[in-house]
Amino acid sequence: MSDAEVVSESDPFAGTSDLDRKRTIGRIFVGLCAASALVGIVALVVLIADVLYQSWGWVTWEFLTYPPSQFAESYLPGGRGAGIYPALVGSIFLIALTALFTIVLGVGAAVYLEEYASEGRLTAFIEANIANLAGVPSIVYGLLGLAIFVRAMQLGSSLLAGALTLTLLILPIVIVASQEAIRAVPDSQRHAAYGVGATDWEVIRDVVLPSALPGIMTGTILSLSRAIGETAPLIMVGAATSMFVPPDSPLGPFAAMPMQIFDWATMPDATFQHVAAAGIVVLLTVLLAMNATAVYIRHRFETEL
Amino acid sequence: MTAADLTRDASGIDGAKQRAIRGIFFACAFLSVLTTLGIVVVLLEGSVDFFRDVSFVAFLTGTEWSPLIEPREYGVLPLVWGTLVITVGSAMIAIPVGTATAIYLSEYAEPRVRSTIKPILEILAGIPTIVYGFFALSFITPQLQRFLPYDIGTFNAAAGAIVVGIMIIPMVSSLSEDAMHAVPDDLREAAYGLGATRFEVSTGVVLPASLSGILASYVLALSRAIGETMAVTLAAGMAPQFTTSPFEPIQTMTAYMVQVGISDVSIGSVGYQSLFAVGMTLFVMTLGMNLCSLWIRSRYREEYR
Amino acid sequence: MSDDTSMNETPTIETHTEAKSTDDRSPASEADADVAGMDDQSIGEETVIEARDLSVFYGDERALQPVNVEIPDRQVTAIIGPSGCGKSTFLRSINRMNDMIDVARVDGELLFRDTNVYGEAVDPVALRRAIGMVFQKPNPFPKSIYDNVAYGLRIQGKDDDLDEQVESALRRAALWDEVSDRLGESALDMSGGQQQRLCIARAIAPDPEVILMDEPASALDPVATSQIEDLIEELARDYTVVIVTHNMQQAARISDKTMVFLTGGELVEFGDTSRIFENPDNQRVEDYITGKFG
Repeated sequence: MSDAEVVSESDPFAGTSDLDRKRTIGRIFVGLCAASALVGIVALVVLIADVLYQSWGWVTWEFLTYPPSQFAESYLPGGRGAGIYPALVGSIFLIALTALFTIVLGVGAAVYLEEYASEGRLTAFIEANIANLAGVPSIVYGLLGLAIFVRAMQLGSSLLAGALTLTLLILPIVIVASQEAIRAVPDSQRHAAYGVGATDWEVIRDVVLPSALPGIMTGTILSLSRAIGETAPLIMVGAATSMFVPPDSPLGPFAAMPMQIFDWATMPDATFQHVAAAGIVVLLTVLLAMNATAVYIRHRFETEL
Repeated sequence: MTAADLTRDASGIDGAKQRAIRGIFFACAFLSVLTTLGIVVVLLEGSVDFFRDVSFVAFLTGTEWSPLIEPREYGVLPLVWGTLVITVGSAMIAIPVGTATAIYLSEYAEPRVRSTIKPILEILAGIPTIVYGFFALSFITPQLQRFLPYDIGTFNAAAGAIVVGIMIIPMVSSLSEDAMHAVPDDLREAAYGLGATRFEVSTGVVLPASLSGILASYVLALSRAIGETMAVTLAAGMAPQFTTSPFEPIQTMTAYMVQVGISDVSIGSVGYQSLFAVGMTLFVMTLGMNLCSLWIRSRYREEYR
Repeated sequence: MSDDTSMNETPTIETHTEAKSTDDRSPASEADADVAGMDDQSIGEETVIEARDLSVFYGDERALQPVNVEIPDRQVTAIIGPSGCGKSTFLRSINRMNDMIDVARVDGELLFRDTNVYGEAVDPVALRRAIGMVFQKPNPFPKSIYDNVAYGLRIQGKDDDLDEQVESALRRAALWDEVSDRLGESALDMSGGQQQRLCIARAIAPDPEVILMDEPASALDPVATSQIEDLIEELARDYTVVIVTHNMQQAARISDKTMVFLTGGELVEFGDTSRIFENPDNQRVEDYITGKFG
């Protein structure tokens, strides 16, 4: 009855009375979406808070400079002193070796794909292959490392075997990041060098790599910061869960921080939860430093150009 | 200047050197193909050894998994079940939350909010998985025990599924947002022009138009959940069993591999070889999903060309 | 479109200044195999570059109809024509810069001092050391002024007396007086015109025989353009210069010979610049030069 009256008054917005309802639905929907976006942030905050809370008072100078101990009380301030030192050093050596291999191989592969390869089937195959490798679970790389480096090449469960395994793991990411950096080098720069009679290699060495270096370094450091937290591949190659001395040679045994944290986290004594948390604080700090370096390099060279 | 100066031999440019350099770069790129080949060969070789002792049918259909202790049983289904529970459970968290986050970031958030949330999600994606495992053990399980009226053990599937779910939120949200971002603005404007609300545009236009990209992100994230190792090992335990209760311990394929990795299984034993059979199963599953994701995305690319 | 008020000192008849020609609207070109005016080359001029039925394809598409031409020593040869007519394609086929495009393919012969540069034994790198190139946009390396000029000398192993050679190249490029006191500064801090003269210095430093220029002044202001033009005329004393330009007045001002490409990658006319601009043989060339199309 009243509906008919509304229509007869020729209201220009007649028939839009459902808009209020729609607006309510819209508001609820936005609320849900915004809340979802907060889930990740809240999770991160809670995770960091939990780690900091658990480790409070346990990250001491002794923790950084002493080898691990079987007794939880050794880690306490005023205790005999125990910590993450061998694993911290082991992780740094491991990442340094991995960086060396990754940069050479990753940049080499990216240079081939961007500067030499013509757009043929082989190139498409190699690129599809790299994309697929990026999705292979890290523990499978561990099996590869175990069978090839540890056993077939008889490197044993050494620092070198661990570094080679991690290299294969992060190579796909480093290659793709380096390709992007190389692609961003303007062609006019290449042409300038070719125009004065430079060979392919001279163009790469003098023009392409210097320009692409910041991008390559950023991508590589970010990949390495992924590698430093990897645990599963190291377990498979048989890295020690806990060592009392840092590695003394590339062919010697080693412990790495994630392995040591895993060891602490699985200790029956609940006190070791705090030790594990302290280890995580050290690991995350190293990771943060690496990421900050990458961001700094990117920022510095972006503003320069 | 004589004509002979232009020839390779007389120009002083070392053609052999140029070819050698090209060859080195090619070798770097080809290493990725060798890596894939290596993974396949290593897994196949180990599996072949394994299936000399264990029947293929018993492996795929058996419902008991106990390769390390008597009575030995080699049915992989409990491990597959465990993996499935984690994958489905994490999907129930990551898919709705990740998709809603993507919608919020792509359709609603102001640039400043976007540029704050995105890096935070990237940090979430960069946290090592061992840290997530610790988080499950030290925070999530105790909270579940505190708030739920069930008998929840230290190791339980729910905690594993929750942390893996949190872990893959960034993957779903960032890939889905990319897909939504690729939807041309004219489509949105067409709908607004017809008097659609923002909610109707988001759910009725943008979501369907980017559906294949969103689906691809789901598949990729689930593949990641299947291959996830350390978080589920620490959170969900090492008890290979069929259970529908999320509060009981289970064992995933990856967790089993860790179990073998940290135990003193002798090389050449059936337990050692089972590593490769399980690894093969894992590899085939993740490869299949990655290829599926690539296929979905390649179809999607054609839609907006 | 034709603008006769802006005539210049060159005694040409009508010059079309709106040279930034867009797409062509001319009818499809007749299959006119003979290039008009090929015979007005005076006898006694030494030929440096000779194209014999040279065609270039990008994939299945023909970018250059068979070109036959003889480019004389120590003169400026200009290549003009509307956009997309194959001027740059021809220029880049001389020093094999087209090699860098995967789909590019070349038919016929291009002789440099009687050697077919597309012959089996020829190394494109050696070729580019003999034939230098200057590009459309100034492309100095992000290095110092000195290192830019020295780059070609270093990679070609001509690095004795590097300082002297760098100074000489900068003098010949009319840049020395402006930069002699800041050779260590970044080349990127120079003005556009200076950068382009630096690129010319870089190209001539290793003393090539031929210098190819691909619209070298198109990105520059009028003052810088005129400096470059003066420089090109100067360079022709020592070098053979082949220059692509979209600016017909520029071609008329600085070149001795002119090649006119029209649509479809066809070389329609070649000859002395004065004759081409005053009295072209080909009606379509006349239409183009007087601005009736293009």
